[in-house]
Amino acid sequence: MSSLDSLTLTLTRIPDEDEAFRADVRAFLQEAIREMPAHVRARSWGGYDTAFSRKFGAKGWIGLTLPREYGGAGRSAFARYVLVEECLNAGAPVGSHWIADRQSAPLILKYGTEAQKRFHVPRICRGESFFCIGMSEPNSGSDLASVRTRAEANEQGWLLNGQKIWTTNAHHCQYMIALVRTSGTSQDRQKGLSQVIVDLSLPGVTVRPIEDLSGDRHFCEVFFENVQLGPEALIGNEGQGWEQVTAELAFERSGPERLFSSIVLFDQWLDYVRCPEYATPSSVRLAGKVLTQLAPLRAMSVSVQQRLTQGGSPIVEAALVKELGTTLEQSIPAEIAQDLFSREDDDVPVELLMTLKYVTEASPSFSLRGGTREILRGMIARGLGLR
Amino acid sequence: MNENDLFADAAREVLADHCTPEVVRAIETEGGAANAAVELWGQLEATGLPDALVLESEGGSQLGLGQVFGVLEQCGAYALPLLLGETMLARAVLPQSMRPTGAIGLARGQCLSDGSVRCALVRGGRVARYVLVQTVESVWYLLPIDKAEISAHALALDVAMTWPVEQAATAAQPVIDADVWTLQACVVAAQMAGALGSVLERTLRYANERQQFGRPIGKFQAIQHQLAMMSEHVCAARMAAQLGCSGTGALPDRLRVATAKARCSEAALAVSESAHAIHGAIGFTEEYDLQLYTRRLHAWRQTAGSETYWHDVAGQALIAHAGGSLDLIRRITDVTV
Repeated sequence: MSSLDSLTLTLTRIPDEDEAFRADVRAFLQEAIREMPAHVRARSWGGYDTAFSRKFGAKGWIGLTLPREYGGAGRSAFARYVLVEECLNAGAPVGSHWIADRQSAPLILKYGTEAQKRFHVPRICRGESFFCIGMSEPNSGSDLASVRTRAEANEQGWLLNGQKIWTTNAHHCQYMIALVRTSGTSQDRQKGLSQVIVDLSLPGVTVRPIEDLSGDRHFCEVFFENVQLGPEALIGNEGQGWEQVTAELAFERSGPERLFSSIVLFDQWLDYVRCPEYATPSSVRLAGKVLTQLAPLRAMSVSVQQRLTQGGSPIVEAALVKELGTTLEQSIPAEIAQDLFSREDDDVPVELLMTLKYVTEASPSFSLRGGTREILRGMIARGLGLR
Repeated sequence: MNENDLFADAAREVLADHCTPEVVRAIETEGGAANAAVELWGQLEATGLPDALVLESEGGSQLGLGQVFGVLEQCGAYALPLLLGETMLARAVLPQSMRPTGAIGLARGQCLSDGSVRCALVRGGRVARYVLVQTVESVWYLLPIDKAEISAHALALDVAMTWPVEQAATAAQPVIDADVWTLQACVVAAQMAGALGSVLERTLRYANERQQFGRPIGKFQAIQHQLAMMSEHVCAARMAAQLGCSGTGALPDRLRVATAKARCSEAALAVSESAHAIHGAIGFTEEYDLQLYTRRLHAWRQTAGSETYWHDVAGQALIAHAGGSLDLIRRITDVTV
């Protein structure tokens, strides 16, 4: 039975004190993004807005769970859950600080030296310092352990050579935390990998944005040509890069960002079909189908958050949430298009169709970012004890 | 499967010994008159579970729905062909003075112009002693099956029943503020969660044991991905079923039940399909036990509203709701635990 324990999640309620935070967040967001049209809000954590992040940081909402002595707000993981859930549902442009808040600052706090913590974390919390994550390379996608970008130890620290690709927001960020090889060759796989913090303003760094199929420029290729890093660039232990990277994955895969990527579109479509003349039986049915799939997923996501809070490492559970969540997120634009264009009347509001266009175009990425569907299914199968 | 669930443990103990695949087959063939059915029901009654939701002051255990989810899940895990869950709910909503002994089925009915009451479909009618009927006009009747005209139905345990006017006129007519399908769907969804778990467990075992091309078929990525998808459905359906069967009272919440029954019914289809695909021909035989669970999953999917019935219910609630869908999602998921 033990291999199935990860499938029996416990119903969990967000504590009242964290739930009480929801009203503050909602009031702030209502004011901050009042003017923003839905097709822009639909970008949610893909939306980039440094001014918004500064305001957000001034509220103390970046690094919400981090210790106060490093500029955080010392609140619980569930408070952050509420914050993120509200931001995504409102369609707040949280992309600038997203990676630094979710991954980089916690990573630095966990593995960094005191000097690294004192230098980076307060700046992140103020919304001044943005991070990207350098994982994929031209020949290392799902097979991440084959990375070739290399940091060679030398007298001044580390000499960095190589290339990263599909790095989200690298052109807007001051820093990258890169997974690089510090010893051995790509045949050594997980051994010999380390994480380094790269100041992207250093000589030898070239960042080129890549236009995506929707016309947005959010991911980049990043070249390193004899980039001299100081000794303090190493984060955590040399050779422990793989363990450090994988330990964070459960946090990345089970959060509200794996359920709500299409929610701005869904809510906008609901507003349309709430008008009695547009509420066809099939649209009512579709609304119910999405609701009855989304609600159990949200309960799963909250329950996995509880396991994380209790110090567990629910890797399989998180993979389940991400797989189911992204599948639902991807079905929403497809089903809404089906509904809107099954009608005789094609006078659908253009603003709704612009949102539909964006989410339709963005949706293939939902099951690529953060581990592809096929990789996740393999992880789940392993967790089920398939030998 | 939750830790420290003494009620689920009590149910599991009885079911493991007395609800074996042979017993399930015997009851599906012979109905409630089978010796095995009489004995199994006796064992279940001895645990006190039929009165689990009844008030303590009336001799029950006064549990809430959230506390009996594990019991219902076990009923499904063993493909129990008796009406323990329905009886628990029925006994909880009936006034003490009307509570009969024996199993109680739940059904929708119709009061005909001659005063007779007809149920076109009583799920589990062959293993019930009474049926708690709600008519279209929301008049409730508690009717004994030994006074009904009974005709066979499509599935083994089901029947159609008509009570002549003299029976209907003298029957108990409780006043109950509920919807009979909501009660039934709450029970059935929790049972489906259990049956889904059993199907996955069996299929996993089979994939690790069955060898082809010199290795267990579970080594093949195509099989692994099907099992991964099955587990996703099982996990989500169980969460949904828990939402449907939650709270400290005995009456389920209609929107949560809509979520539960819709999600479990979707999962039933996908999980049965993959389980049979992975088992191959052996899973298609009468003698192999997989069919007891997959046939039951299809039967339960068809009980008290399929997924689209409940999509419509949930959809109407969402269309009527003002504001973002997150708030209605939270209404469903934020249960008292």
